[in-house]
Amino acid sequence: MHLQVGMNWRTLFVSPWAKPVVMFLMALPAVWLVYAAFNDLLGANPAEALTRSTGDWTLRALCLVLVITPLRVLTGTPALQRFRRILGVGTFIYACLHMLCYAWFDQGLDFNDIWRDILKRPFIWLGFSGLVCMLPMAATSFNAAIRYLGVKRWQMLHRLVYAVAVLAVLHFFWMRAGKNNFAEVAVYAAILGSLLGWRVRQALKSR
Amino acid sequence: MLIRTASDVTTRDLPSDITTKSAYLNRRQWMQQSMALGLLGGVGQAWANPSIVAPGKLPALASKHTDIDGAMAADVPTAYTYASTYNNFYEFGTDKADPMRSAHTLKTKPWTLEIEGLVKKPLRLGLEEVMKLGAMEERIYRMRCVEGWSMVIPWIGFSLSALIKHADPLGSAKFVEFVTLADPKTMPFVGSRILEWPYVEGLRMDEAMHPLTLLTFGMYGEILPNQNGAPLRLTVPWKYGFKNAKSLVKIRFTEKQPATAWNKAAAQEYGFYSNVNPNVDHPRWSQATERRIGEDGLFNKKRKTLMFNGYESQVASLYSGMDLSKNF
Repeated sequence: MHLQVGMNWRTLFVSPWAKPVVMFLMALPAVWLVYAAFNDLLGANPAEALTRSTGDWTLRALCLVLVITPLRVLTGTPALQRFRRILGVGTFIYACLHMLCYAWFDQGLDFNDIWRDILKRPFIWLGFSGLVCMLPMAATSFNAAIRYLGVKRWQMLHRLVYAVAVLAVLHFFWMRAGKNNFAEVAVYAAILGSLLGWRVRQALKSR
Repeated sequence: MLIRTASDVTTRDLPSDITTKSAYLNRRQWMQQSMALGLLGGVGQAWANPSIVAPGKLPALASKHTDIDGAMAADVPTAYTYASTYNNFYEFGTDKADPMRSAHTLKTKPWTLEIEGLVKKPLRLGLEEVMKLGAMEERIYRMRCVEGWSMVIPWIGFSLSALIKHADPLGSAKFVEFVTLADPKTMPFVGSRILEWPYVEGLRMDEAMHPLTLLTFGMYGEILPNQNGAPLRLTVPWKYGFKNAKSLVKIRFTEKQPATAWNKAAAQEYGFYSNVNPNVDHPRWSQATERRIGEDGLFNKKRKTLMFNGYESQVASLYSGMDLSKNF
């Protein structure tokens, strides 16, 4: 009986609805933000609210995409692998929206200003580097790219996500550093740190 | 009676020349018309909705017209809704909505202001005594936050100089230190490591004596809401907003420059002077532009920040000969 329940729970992941549902859930925060922006639900400073929320959701999506493999291995649920691409591309989309908010609302889409700002401020530079690291992964997030590169090389390339995690936490840390306000930074650092730590341990074990 | 109650404040004589609610309504109408003409643009037609008028839940505070040069900004006042819900008041939390949610615990009656340090005689004044030291005036000031946004707020108060003259500081007093309430029982973030508590601010004596430096008791025709620093706060319109210490409990005259809260927390980011200056960047962002809350649409370019927040002709002489990029 107990086994039966477990089986049912896992079959949910292979249902044809599973991927669309995950995609829908990933899109929800963005849909809400657009709706809220047009209906004046973002408070006194909608520009700041949009920039911060898209940054927060990038971090959250990054945690989700990195939790897939440990969860898959620890619970013995290979089906979870199916959601990695959706979550990865979702993370990239939120990072792009975050960059767009900064470029548009903060810098008025003046590309000279944006470029100067990126070069001048380490905190912006870190965030921008994170986005740049995501580009090759986003560009190879389809099956033909895996075939073309070969699984090994494709996997090597996609280990860039670890660099993205480090850059994202540093970017967030630096942003909050001026206010000595590290509570939230610590939460994301602990989550992402343990997810990366688990991988390091796995790598050492398999030597 | 030394400490008067709220009803005493409301029943005070109303001079005929106070800014009436209808004046605010006219401003609101102006804003809505501008919206209709598309002058303000942006995403939100809904921005016409937040009211400039205070909701009338707090006691009214009468005031008269001011003759101080530069004290009546021609800018459109920010909606009361925004000015009272988007606040940095770290004693109540670091999110700008925290003060609005949590500051109801602040107990503003009775309230005592202590005046100490280099004065002939230290004083302990009840709020009502302090309020009688000058004639209440309405002043419409631009308020530029160091974070890159701004508001326009009709404050009520009188020049701090009136209180300083009453306090009669010694000749050796060169600075004024402002100490704010730090009550862990009513302020959930007092004790957090974000800043050193109590929150302390400071001005040079000539800055403190400048007629634009306002000891503030009200806004939008009413007494200050708790989240805006009730029952009395400082407003120095040519400096970044964090210089405007809220809920003052002590004013101390000193010979040495006071160690101020943000300067202690991050000296490379926040200087003692913190004059609004578009040419001196914050290490993490440019100070050249700002977003006017409620007025600049989401897709509008940010407006240019003015030297000394537009009060250059009134205050620039205070800093003549000083290197403002070093004394930021």
